[in-house]
Amino acid sequence: MPFFLGIIIMKDLSRRNFLKGSASLASLAAIGGGSPIFWSNLAYAADTIKVGVLFSLTGTTAIVEESLHKATILAIEEINASGGIAGKRIEVVEEDPASDPATFAAKARKLVLNDKCVTVFGSYTSASRKAVLPVFEKRKNLYFYPTLYEGRECSKNVIYTGAVPNQQQDEFIPYLVKNFGKRWYLVGSNYIYPKEENNYCKKLLAELGCEVIAEEYVPLGHSEFASIVNKFKQEKPDVIFSTVVGDSVVALHRQYRAAGLNPDTMPMASLTTSENEVAAMGGDAAAGHFTSAPYFMVHDSPENQKFVEAYRSRWGGDKVTHFVSEPSYFGVYLFKQAVEKIGSGQITPETIREAIKGQEMVAPQGRIKIEPENLHTWLWPKIGQCQSDGQFNIIQQSNEWIKPIPYAAYEDQLCTASGLKKV
Amino acid sequence: MDIFLSQLFTGLSIASILLVVALGLSIIYGTTGVINLAHGEFVMLGAYMSWFLQTFLGISLIPAIPLILIGMFGLGWLIERTVIRTLYSRPLDTILATWGIGILAQQLIRLSAGGELRYVELPAALNESIEIMGASVSLYRLFILGVALLLFAVTWFLFNKTRFGQKIRALTQNSYMAESFGINKGQVYSLTFAYGAALAGIAGALVSPLKSVSPEMGTGYVVDAFMVVVMGGVDSLIGTVASSFLIGQMSGVFAYLSNDTLAKALVFLIVIVVIRVRPNGLFHSSTRS
Repeated sequence: MPFFLGIIIMKDLSRRNFLKGSASLASLAAIGGGSPIFWSNLAYAADTIKVGVLFSLTGTTAIVEESLHKATILAIEEINASGGIAGKRIEVVEEDPASDPATFAAKARKLVLNDKCVTVFGSYTSASRKAVLPVFEKRKNLYFYPTLYEGRECSKNVIYTGAVPNQQQDEFIPYLVKNFGKRWYLVGSNYIYPKEENNYCKKLLAELGCEVIAEEYVPLGHSEFASIVNKFKQEKPDVIFSTVVGDSVVALHRQYRAAGLNPDTMPMASLTTSENEVAAMGGDAAAGHFTSAPYFMVHDSPENQKFVEAYRSRWGGDKVTHFVSEPSYFGVYLFKQAVEKIGSGQITPETIREAIKGQEMVAPQGRIKIEPENLHTWLWPKIGQCQSDGQFNIIQQSNEWIKPIPYAAYEDQLCTASGLKKV
Repeated sequence: MDIFLSQLFTGLSIASILLVVALGLSIIYGTTGVINLAHGEFVMLGAYMSWFLQTFLGISLIPAIPLILIGMFGLGWLIERTVIRTLYSRPLDTILATWGIGILAQQLIRLSAGGELRYVELPAALNESIEIMGASVSLYRLFILGVALLLFAVTWFLFNKTRFGQKIRALTQNSYMAESFGINKGQVYSLTFAYGAALAGIAGALVSPLKSVSPEMGTGYVVDAFMVVVMGGVDSLIGTVASSFLIGQMSGVFAYLSNDTLAKALVFLIVIVVIRVRPNGLFHSSTRS
C-alpha cells in the first residue's frame, strides 16, 4: 500500500536523517530540480542492513553466551569498519534474553516483527533454539546458530555453523578405538544432547565391533560422581565417552583425578570440554583427556592468529576464543558474502538464505562451506588432547572438510532443501 | 569382598559430604527453629573464600580452613543480628528472609567474583589414592570423612558437655523457663547461628576442590542438607549422622545397581515414606511439649 510506504519513508527520514534530508530539500529548491540528488540521498539513508543479536548477557548461561555475543559484535564491527557490505552498514539491534527460553522467543519476535531485522544471530543452548524456531519459521526469517549440537533438525530458517554428531565423531571414535581399545563406557547428562550423541556413537562402535559396557545418565547439575568413578574402577573400560556438560564436567574430571585413575589407559573423550571448562577444573585434572572439535584456540593458521588478536585487542588480553565463539564470528562473514551475492536485488531473509547456499570462506579453523541441502556447515574436525597447562595439543586433523549430516544416526531420514525426507 | 568394600567407601564418601553440609543446618534448625534457606549460599561463600584465599593470597586449602571458619562465623553472626533476630516470632517470614539473603549472596558473588566457574587446587599431599584391603580410596575423600567426623565430635561435645550446650538444650526444651533463669537467649541464638554458618563455610571449602565452584552451586547442597535433616530428625545430632550415612549408602547402592538419576529419585521416595511414617524423623526423642 503506497500510503503506508509513504509513512514509513517519512518516519525513517524524520527519525534518522532529518537534517540530511532537509539539506537535500534545500538544495533541491536551490537548484530547482535535480530530484536524483534527493532520491539518492534518501536511498543512502535507508541503506543499512538491520540484524538482531540475541545472546544472553545475564542468567545461567551468560558466561558462554557473552563470548558468543562478543565474537559476533567483533565481526560486525570489522565489516562496518571496512566499508560495510557493498557500501551498506550493518545496523545491530541487541537484545538480552536472560538465559530463559520463553524470553528468547519473545525477544526473537520483537527483533523480527518490530525491528524488522533480516537476520538474527543468537542462541547457545538447544532449548533456546527450539524456543525461537517457530518464530523464524512462521515469519520466514533467518537465524544463525553457532553451537555444536545434537543434529536431528531440518529447518529452512536456521543456518547452523556449529558441528553435528557425524562431524565430531567420524574420525574421533576410530582414533580412540585404535589407540585405546574396544570396551567403551558412555556417560552423559540426562537430556537430549548426550542421548543423540550417544545414539550416533553406538552406531559407530557397532560398526567397529566394539562393546558398550554401560550407558548412563546423571541429572543436570549433578556433582557427586563417587559411584560413577567407582564403576570406572571396577569395569576398567578402555575409553570413557563423556557427554556430561556444564558444572558437572568439572566435578567429574576432578573426582576422576582424585581417585587416582589414569588417563593413559582410561581416557575420557568429550565433545564439549573446551578451554573454558579446563580452566575451571585445573590443568592437572584435564591433562591427558581428549576433545574433538572443529576449532581449538591453539590452531595454527594466519586466519586464527588474526581472529585471536582482534578478539583480544577488542575485548581484553586475557580472553579466550573457543569452538562456539569461532562459528559465531565466521557466521557474520558468511552472511556478508550472501548479501554481497544478492547485489542489487532485494535483501530479505529468503534471498539471503538462497544466496548463502554453497558459500565458502576461509574461517579461523580452515575453509568452510554452507551445505545447500541442509544449511549446516562443512567443517574441519580436530582431535585435541589436553595438557597440564590448560591448552589443547592438536594431535590429529582431518584431511578434508567433513560434510554435515544432521540425521547421521537415522539412516532412514535425510534433511534436504525441500525438508525432511524418508528414504 | 572387593566390591562390597569399595561400595562401602563410595557410600561413606557421599555420606561424609552430606554430613558436613547438613551439620550446620541441623544445628540452626534444631536450636532456633529457623529454616535457613540461605544455607546453600553459606556453603557457596565458604567455597569462594577458599578460592579467594588461594588465588590472591596464596593460602592453600588446609591452612585456609580456620580463616574461613572465622570469616563465616562473623558473617553468620552479622546476619543473625541484623535480619534473623527480628523474625523469631514469625517463622514463615524467616523462610522468605533467608531465601532473599541467598539470592543476594549469589548476585553479590556474581557481580564481584564473576559468574564463571572457579578453580580451587587440591592439596598436593592428598591428591592420591591408597589401597585399603584391596579397595583403592581417594586420600582426599578420606580427609573429608575425617574432618566430617571431627566436626561432628566437636559439635556433639559442645552441645552435650559444655555450659553453652546446656544453655542451648535448656532453650530448646523451654525457652521461657530458660530465660527466666537468666539465660541470654539472644546471645545463645546469635552464637548458634554463627556456628552453623561457619560449619557451612567449612563444608564449602572442603567440597571446592572436588566439585565446581560457581554462584549457583549452593542450590543443590541445601536440598541435600534438608533431606538429611528431615529424615534424621530435626533436633538430633545423632540423627543427622545416621541419616547422612543411610542416604549416602543408599545413593551409592542404587547408583551402582542402576544409575545416578534413578538413585536420586529413589532416595527422595524413601525419604518421603520415612517422614510419612515418622513425621519427626528417625531419631526424634519424644518430649512433652
